[in-house]
Amino acid sequence: MLFVLTIIRVAFKALGRNKLRSILTMLGIIVGVGAVIAMVSVGQGAQESIAGSISGMGSNMLYVQPGSFNTGGVRSGMGTMTTLTVEDYEAITRECSAVKYASPGINVSQMLIYGNQNWMTSIQGGNTNLLEIRGYKLESGSMWTKEEETSTARVIIIGKTIVDYLFPQQDPIGQEVRIRNAPWTVIGVLKSKGQSGVGQDQDDIVLGPHTSVNKKLQRFQHIDNIMVSAKSEELIPTAKAQIEELMRYRHGILNKDDDDFQVKSLSDMADLAKQSSETMTMLLASIAGVSLVVGAIGVMNIMLVSVTERTREIGIRMAVGATGGDIQFQFLTEAIVLAIFGGILGILAGIVASKILANSLGWATMVSTSAIGMAFSVSAAIGIGAGWYPARKASRLDPIEALRFE
Amino acid sequence: MQPMKASQEILQDQKTANQPNGNHVIEVENLHKFYEMGEMRVHALRGLVVTIDRGEFVIIMGASGSGKSTFMNLLGCLDKPSRGSYLLEGTDVSQLSRIQLARIRNERVGFVFQGFNLLSRTTATENVELPLIYSGIRARERHRRSHEALKRMGLEDRANHIPSQLSGGQQQRVAIARSLVNSPIILLADEPTGNLDSRTSVEIMQVFQELNEQENLTVILVTHEPDIASYGKRIITFRDGHITRDEPVRNRRMASDVIATLPPLED
Repeated sequence: MLFVLTIIRVAFKALGRNKLRSILTMLGIIVGVGAVIAMVSVGQGAQESIAGSISGMGSNMLYVQPGSFNTGGVRSGMGTMTTLTVEDYEAITRECSAVKYASPGINVSQMLIYGNQNWMTSIQGGNTNLLEIRGYKLESGSMWTKEEETSTARVIIIGKTIVDYLFPQQDPIGQEVRIRNAPWTVIGVLKSKGQSGVGQDQDDIVLGPHTSVNKKLQRFQHIDNIMVSAKSEELIPTAKAQIEELMRYRHGILNKDDDDFQVKSLSDMADLAKQSSETMTMLLASIAGVSLVVGAIGVMNIMLVSVTERTREIGIRMAVGATGGDIQFQFLTEAIVLAIFGGILGILAGIVASKILANSLGWATMVSTSAIGMAFSVSAAIGIGAGWYPARKASRLDPIEALRFE
Repeated sequence: MQPMKASQEILQDQKTANQPNGNHVIEVENLHKFYEMGEMRVHALRGLVVTIDRGEFVIIMGASGSGKSTFMNLLGCLDKPSRGSYLLEGTDVSQLSRIQLARIRNERVGFVFQGFNLLSRTTATENVELPLIYSGIRARERHRRSHEALKRMGLEDRANHIPSQLSGGQQQRVAIARSLVNSPIILLADEPTGNLDSRTSVEIMQVFQELNEQENLTVILVTHEPDIASYGKRIITFRDGHITRDEPVRNRRMASDVIATLPPLED
C-alpha cells in the first residue's frame, strides 16, 4: 500500500513536470466527457419535458376513438368511422364504475374574428367536466353551465394564445367573437400550459359546449371521441376494460378483433414519446462519445511519446532496482491520473455547458447522476485502456539498452 | 576445555559451509555471453574465470569491444550470462528471474555511470532516494538516509538543487550518494571520470578510495586512462572477450596526496 502511494506520488510529479502537455492531453478527455454529459442532459431534459407535458394533458386520462372501417376487406384509417355517439358517452358515465368523468369530444377548425383581427384555430367541444379531464385550469371567467350546454348557448373559453392575438389590449371576458358569422361570447380564459413535448402550442385552443359546437358548427350525429378520466391511476386498466366491454355490448360486437373503437390511455402515448426521445438521447450521446474516443487516443499517443522520451529515466529506475512491474504501474498510473482528472473536469464542464444551453437556448436540460457516474467510469477505463499498451512497452525495455538511449 | 573448542570449530565450519567461498564477493566461472544479431552471433565474453574478494579495488581496462562493458552489465545483474556461472555473495545470478535480478540490483549493487544518469528536473535528494522507493522504505526514512548520503558526499547544502544547477563533479557525487544509499556490497563504476576535468577526476577517485579504505567496500571501476587506473589496487585487462592480464597495481597513488600537489584553483 505504501509502495502504491509512493508510485502514485511519482506519477503526479512526472505529470507536474510537463504541465502544459498534461493539461492539453486532459483537454481531450475534458471535451469528450463534457460533450457526453451535456448531450445526455439535453436528451434527458427533452425526455422529462415530454413526459411532463403528456401527463399535463390530463390526469388519468383515457381516450376513446372510433376504429377502422372495414367493408369487404377494405380497411380505412383509424378514426375515420363515425361510430361514437353521445349515447355512448352517457352510457360510459352511467355504467363504468372506474370512470370519474367522461366527456364527448368534437373537434372543428374555424376562423375566429374579433374587430379587424382573425385567427384560425381548433375548437373543441365537451361537457362541463372537460377542464378536469384535460387538466386545464381557468385563469379568469367561469366554466359554462349544464343549462348553457342543453340550450346550446354560444359560449367559449379561450386559451392564452388566442387572447394574445385577438385581445392584445383588453380583457376578453364578455366580448363577442364571430364564428361562422354568429357571435359567441367569451366566458373564460385558460391558464397557460405552454408548449407540449412535441412543440405544439397547448394554449392555441378554444373550448365550447359540445352541444353548441355540434349543432352550430358541424351538424353531425356522431362525436369525434370520448375523453374519460379514471378515478385513479391504478384504475386506468380497469376503466379501459369496462369501457371496452360496454362499447362492444352497445355496438353489438362479439369478437374483440372486430372492435369499431379503440381505447387509448395517455401512458401508452407517453411510452411512445419516451421511446423516441430515448433514441434521440442515445444518438446525441454516441456522437459525443466519438470525441471521447478521440480523447482516449490522445492519452495513448502522449503516453507513447512519454515512454520513448523517458527511455533513459526508465533505464535508470531499472538499474537502481525497479522491476518491469514497477515501471508498468508508474506509467499506467500516469495515464489513469490524466484520464480521471480529465474526467472530473469534463463532468464540471458538462454541467456548466448544459446550464448554458438551458439559459441561452431555453432547452430543458437535466444532468443525471447516472450520466456522471458513467462518464467517470468511462474515463477511468480510458486511462487503463490507453495507458496499458505504453506502460507494457515501458516495462519490457532492456535496462542496458534504455541506459544507452540518447 | 577440549569439548568447548570442538564446538567452536563446528560453528566455524558451519559458517564457512554457509559461505563456502569465504571472503569472495564475486566468483565467475567459465562465463560466456553471446548476442544474436540477425544471422550473426557475437561472442562477447569467452569463458572468463575471475574471483574478486571483499575490499578489493579492481580497475577494468581494455579497448572498446573487448567485452568489458558486457562484463560490467553481468556483474551489475543488468543481464544474465549465456553460459557459465556468476556467484554474487554465493548467489548464482544466472538462475534468477528478472524480478529477482531487480531486487539484487536494488539491494546489493551500486552503479555509477560516465554520464551520471541522474533524473533531470529532479532534486538531488529525490535522485538519491530513488533506490529506496523500490525497496519500499517510508518517506521519512528515505529522507533521512538520502540526507545522510548527501552529507557524506559534502553536498548537504545542495540537497534541493536539480542536476542542471550542479557542476559535473557535484552531479557525480550525487550519483555516488545514490549508489551508496542502500548500502551495497559492490560498487560498479563505468568510466566515472570520463566527463570530468582532471582535478575533479582526482576528487572523485578520492571518494572511491575513501569508500574502499574506510568502509571496505568492493569497488570495480572501468576506465581508459592509465592515470585513473593507478588509483586502484588490481588491474584486469580485457581483449576480445578474454582476460589477458590480471595483476596488482604497482606504484599505487593515493588521490589525497595528488590533490595536495595540484595548484590551487584560480577562481
